[in-house]
Amino acid sequence: MIKSKIKLALLASTLSVAFLSGCSDDDDKIAPIIEPEPLVVTYDVTVTNLTYSQPFSPLSVVLHNDGALWSIGEPASVALEKLAESGANADLFALSNVTVSAAGNGILMPGASETVSISIEDTTESLLSLATMLVNTNDGFTGLNSISLSDLMVGDSWSAMTGVYDAGTEANSEMAGTIPGPADGGAGYESARDDSDIVSMHRGVVSMDDGLMSSVLTQAHKFDQPTAKITITRTE
Amino acid sequence: MKVINKVLIPSCLALLAGPLSAAELDIKVTNLTHGIYFTPLLITAHTSDAHLYELGMAASEDLQKVAEGGDISGFSSTLATINADSSENPAGGLLAPGASTETMLSTTDGNVHLSIVSMLLPTNDGFVGLDSWSIPDEPGTYTVYLNGYDAGTEANNEIINGGGMPGVLGIPVDPSGNNGTGAVGVTDMEENSMVHVHRGNLGDTDVSAGMSDLDSTVHRWLNPVAKVTITVN
Repeated sequence: MIKSKIKLALLASTLSVAFLSGCSDDDDKIAPIIEPEPLVVTYDVTVTNLTYSQPFSPLSVVLHNDGALWSIGEPASVALEKLAESGANADLFALSNVTVSAAGNGILMPGASETVSISIEDTTESLLSLATMLVNTNDGFTGLNSISLSDLMVGDSWSAMTGVYDAGTEANSEMAGTIPGPADGGAGYESARDDSDIVSMHRGVVSMDDGLMSSVLTQAHKFDQPTAKITITRTE
Repeated sequence: MKVINKVLIPSCLALLAGPLSAAELDIKVTNLTHGIYFTPLLITAHTSDAHLYELGMAASEDLQKVAEGGDISGFSSTLATINADSSENPAGGLLAPGASTETMLSTTDGNVHLSIVSMLLPTNDGFVGLDSWSIPDEPGTYTVYLNGYDAGTEANNEIINGGGMPGVLGIPVDPSGNNGTGAVGVTDMEENSMVHVHRGNLGDTDVSAGMSDLDSTVHRWLNPVAKVTITVN
């Protein structure tokens, strides 16, 4: 819309030079109204779920200028705790350092891929973070933490295979009622923190088939690193 | 003007020649696992658009033959049709846990990406893989670590019954002989039919029954499963 306005204005002013003498009445109309056009910067973030039987909660992508979504050895934020225990991303998107957010369409099943586009105006200096819960775990998640996008030119891609982290906010009991995914259909977020209260790499799930009789998980829910392939492509 | 042409044209050719030209590679593959063998390796340099497999995509029949039975003959035929440069079975058989094999690969113009596949034994349809790695122009030594993948073509029942043909359920053999027998099977389902990261063997400690013929104290692994060192000469 803005583009076409400018084009019209430019065309009109060109014409006005050519026919200056005969068009004095048009002078008011052709005064160019050139608003600064915002630079739109867009990233396509494609995630492939590489697990056997761990659906991902809706992909949660944010751009931010500073900070980190998590730090190994430090307690998880409440926003990350909610995402890792239930997949809920409202708090994550509302974090004060987040400039733009974008969510996936729904659960991303094992073997499936989804692309989420995220756009921001007038900066190429953002950090990108992404989080998604492995829903058949107590509080396991994968994602990206503060990836600098400043070197990514239009058309460039960056790719990574990501591991699984444990938010450390909920004991990995694997017990009925504690896991929100289809393996259980249990509770998601609980405010009480009954685990180490530090973010770490995930040690994997045990499952009933591996001797944890109180687990609702089976051998199918086991996983190894990495669990996701993520590609960021700057498209504009 | 003539001078400029003489200077510019050769340098442009040199720029183009880098990524597209032939290369002499020394490639070393090390099996990093504790108790998993690699079946005959297929190492191949091919054009940038070719893949032996892609994560999140269904396995080809050629990959299924490798992942279920260690058979690289399908890929061998297919790769010949696209003029790939391959090193087949450099270890002369199985590559044992902890063992390494080295091979030289001369690549022709255009074959600028490197791929590797080999079955993880004993598994139902697990394989170690490198998918279309861009061979650097710059001479030097490069190290890549590889993961264990599941072809998604067979249920991981973990029963050793000699079944290695595509579509035949079961594991061909445990080369180390640490397996049990008489298992009822871990599962008869394959939920994820796309190539994905292998969740690992379950195994158990029952040598004459149980769910699995594999030994949970021997036949497990964690990624990475292979180290590949590529020297570009």
